[in-house]
Amino acid sequence: MKLFTQLFLQIDASTKINDKLNALYHYFNLTNEADKLWTIAIFSGRNPKRIATTTLLKTWAAELADIPFWLFEETYRIVGDLSETISYVLPDYTNSTSHALHEWILQMKAMEKADEATRKDFITGAWKQFSKEERFVFNKLTSGSFRMGVATKLMVKALSKHTGLHENIIQHRLMGNWNPYEITYHQLLFASSDEDEAGRPYPFYLAYALDDEQLIADDTSRWLAEYKWDGIRCQLIKRKGNWYLWSRGEDLITEKFPDLSGIAKSLPDGTVIDGELVAYQNGKVLPFNDLQTRIGRKNLSAAILNQVPAAIFAYDLLEFEGQDYRNKPLIERRQQLERLVNTSEHHGFVLSKQINFNNMDELRMIREGARNVAAEGLMLKDVNSVYEVGRKKGMWWKWKLDPMSVDAVLIYAMRGSGRRANMYTDYTFGVWNEAGELVSFAKAYSGLTDKELLEVDAWIKQHTLDKFGPVRTVVPELVFEIGFEGINTSNRHKSGIAIRFPRILRWRKDKTAKEADTINHLKTLLK
Amino acid sequence: MKQLIEFNENGMYVRAADVYIDPWRPVKRAIITHAHSDHARWGMGAYLSQHQSIPFLKRRLGDGIYEGLNYRQSIQINGVEITLFPSGHVPGAAQVRVKYEGETWVASGDYKTVDDGISEPFEPVLCDTFITESTFGLPVFNWPELAVLTHQINQWWQQNIYEQKCSVVFAYSLGKAQRILQMLNPELGKIYVHGAVASMNEACIEAGLTLHTYHTVQPSTTDYAGALVIAPPSALGSPWLKKFEPYDTAMASGWMNMRGTRRRNAVDTGFVISDHADWQGLNNAIKNTGAEQVIVTHGYTAIFAKWLSENGYQAIDVKTAYEGETLINNDSE
Repeated sequence: MKLFTQLFLQIDASTKINDKLNALYHYFNLTNEADKLWTIAIFSGRNPKRIATTTLLKTWAAELADIPFWLFEETYRIVGDLSETISYVLPDYTNSTSHALHEWILQMKAMEKADEATRKDFITGAWKQFSKEERFVFNKLTSGSFRMGVATKLMVKALSKHTGLHENIIQHRLMGNWNPYEITYHQLLFASSDEDEAGRPYPFYLAYALDDEQLIADDTSRWLAEYKWDGIRCQLIKRKGNWYLWSRGEDLITEKFPDLSGIAKSLPDGTVIDGELVAYQNGKVLPFNDLQTRIGRKNLSAAILNQVPAAIFAYDLLEFEGQDYRNKPLIERRQQLERLVNTSEHHGFVLSKQINFNNMDELRMIREGARNVAAEGLMLKDVNSVYEVGRKKGMWWKWKLDPMSVDAVLIYAMRGSGRRANMYTDYTFGVWNEAGELVSFAKAYSGLTDKELLEVDAWIKQHTLDKFGPVRTVVPELVFEIGFEGINTSNRHKSGIAIRFPRILRWRKDKTAKEADTINHLKTLLK
Repeated sequence: MKQLIEFNENGMYVRAADVYIDPWRPVKRAIITHAHSDHARWGMGAYLSQHQSIPFLKRRLGDGIYEGLNYRQSIQINGVEITLFPSGHVPGAAQVRVKYEGETWVASGDYKTVDDGISEPFEPVLCDTFITESTFGLPVFNWPELAVLTHQINQWWQQNIYEQKCSVVFAYSLGKAQRILQMLNPELGKIYVHGAVASMNEACIEAGLTLHTYHTVQPSTTDYAGALVIAPPSALGSPWLKKFEPYDTAMASGWMNMRGTRRRNAVDTGFVISDHADWQGLNNAIKNTGAEQVIVTHGYTAIFAKWLSENGYQAIDVKTAYEGETLINNDSE
């Protein structure tokens, strides 16, 4: 546990990629295989299960720290992070632990089914054996949602340096559905079985945003254009008679889409398709909101399957007849893909069409019209590009539409968490209704610079009208331009409107609250 | 109970003596607990403070009428007995004891209960009513031992020397900067200070303190590899830092105890060094005064006052203009 805590602290303390890489590399060199496996698991989001509710943890910590529960709650509210609050309210104990990371995790596993008293003994007993820092890391581990602030790519790099395996191979082996409780470090990286391989997706190739149109204008014939669909990027795999659907977030979502099994049936074994999962009806892509609603459902009723049918818009072919196609030029992959789509008769299997254009002006106009077909913009891909691993510059670009935007008034503020703990950084914005009242329509957390955040935080503290729990109602005075990608009706917000990906574009210091937009203006964007 | 010290729009007012303690608006006569700018403001008719504070006040506020007192030396104003006791916050920092008609109040300004090596250590003063800060009045704030911090900071410096980098520590120019200067092992390398720190160092020397050898950063000096620079927090992110490249940065503040602020501040390292009392420090200090009534003036006032109320004190929180320890400032705190 000491080594792992040290690794965490080093990564946490530094903002420099190189420091993090070195810390990881040294850690892999020093630690045992079981701990390595678990470190890889945790860094790729495979956390041990939570073994106590936050209420229990708070109660036990307050008891041990000998403070009233309300004081613990208030302190937690200000610190913004439960693991940290617990580790710091407890006194320093002089004991120490020699157990390794994986030993602790196995003990946690054993606690999953234990009764409350046993779990309490285990957790409070652990707290007393740890230093403050170990306690923090332990709490994070037991919370079920540990995040290390390191991109998987960086861990892969460190592992590659440590093992001598190529990064792409490691990245591929870490994808998919492996379970750290059932596999060894060696099996994971060096001896994958055929069965595991069957469902394993390829790492996605991700594009950067196009920042210079000239890149395209210089040689328009080099680029293949297609719409950037607003759905869930996915990979459909058909191998050994089985099919698998993966989201870009590495979730296996096959079971959520029984209506797509027919696509897999129509495909030969050894096929992997990269595409966009969308809701699609009568030849039209439905708003993302509909797809999200469907995914959120626990039971997929016949009614919902009917209301929101799913489809895959196929972008690319990564494997065909069991052969890795990723190093073939895009144009060749597309040809084979087109043949596959054409021979399949499934109506939910659609080719993401290539858009023909003669010059930049035409291309710009097509992009402007993207919203009319429910797309977010365009993708531009070099016709000869290979299918890369991860986010790479140069051969693929996304060229999204500028976000829609409104000027809105800050009405409520809450403290942030993590890096933003102790500051008011979570905002709710309102626009004017016909009665001349501000109605909330969006929450946004990002978009301001650190300096602006400090400024707004200080302003909020001086302009609070009312406090309700963690929420402060502020003087309706500050105006921000809020950007968003999509807009829909909703009964969750007072305004009757829900927007997608809201973010702060800028602080409109030049505007007064009276000049902010109205709900009617928002509704005109609904169409 | 008599209200010996009132809170009005100008500050803490001792009506019987017609004098203010740490007023935030210009008044005729002001008793100043210490020279940080939220306590010592410009424009008072006359200033009364502990002797050691005067060189700082003069540098920050310019010419004026300054009168110095020794710790534990009493004066009478209109029959009110005023005595200063060390608060341990920064050199010259004082608690103000006000005695009148059998009633005793203490306004403590800012304080800490551990010995920092440069300020006269905090002294508990018995009273009926104690006016306290609560900058770090939450149970998560428990400061590491001085020896641990001293080791940490010197080790960090040594690591940077090994990597041939310059070490830049951000600390308030009055108090914290000198405390750090004294924590450093001068045998490791050259110690430089920012001009604002140098000015406060000179004031310290004038006040009779002895400091480790330091150099002031000059435009002509170019080689800072292996050196350590003490700068005010306002220098963070400024072009002034350019000449120290390559460098590693550290912030010295009680807020570095919190992961959120540590990460938000874009410094490489945080040292949990504060000139304010931690949770235990506040609680012990209050207990040792024997006070029945406690007035909480700044920090987590509402929470801390509620906690005190539950522990047998008559505690209230009041709104004042004091700020305690802040992370962004123009080096006036």
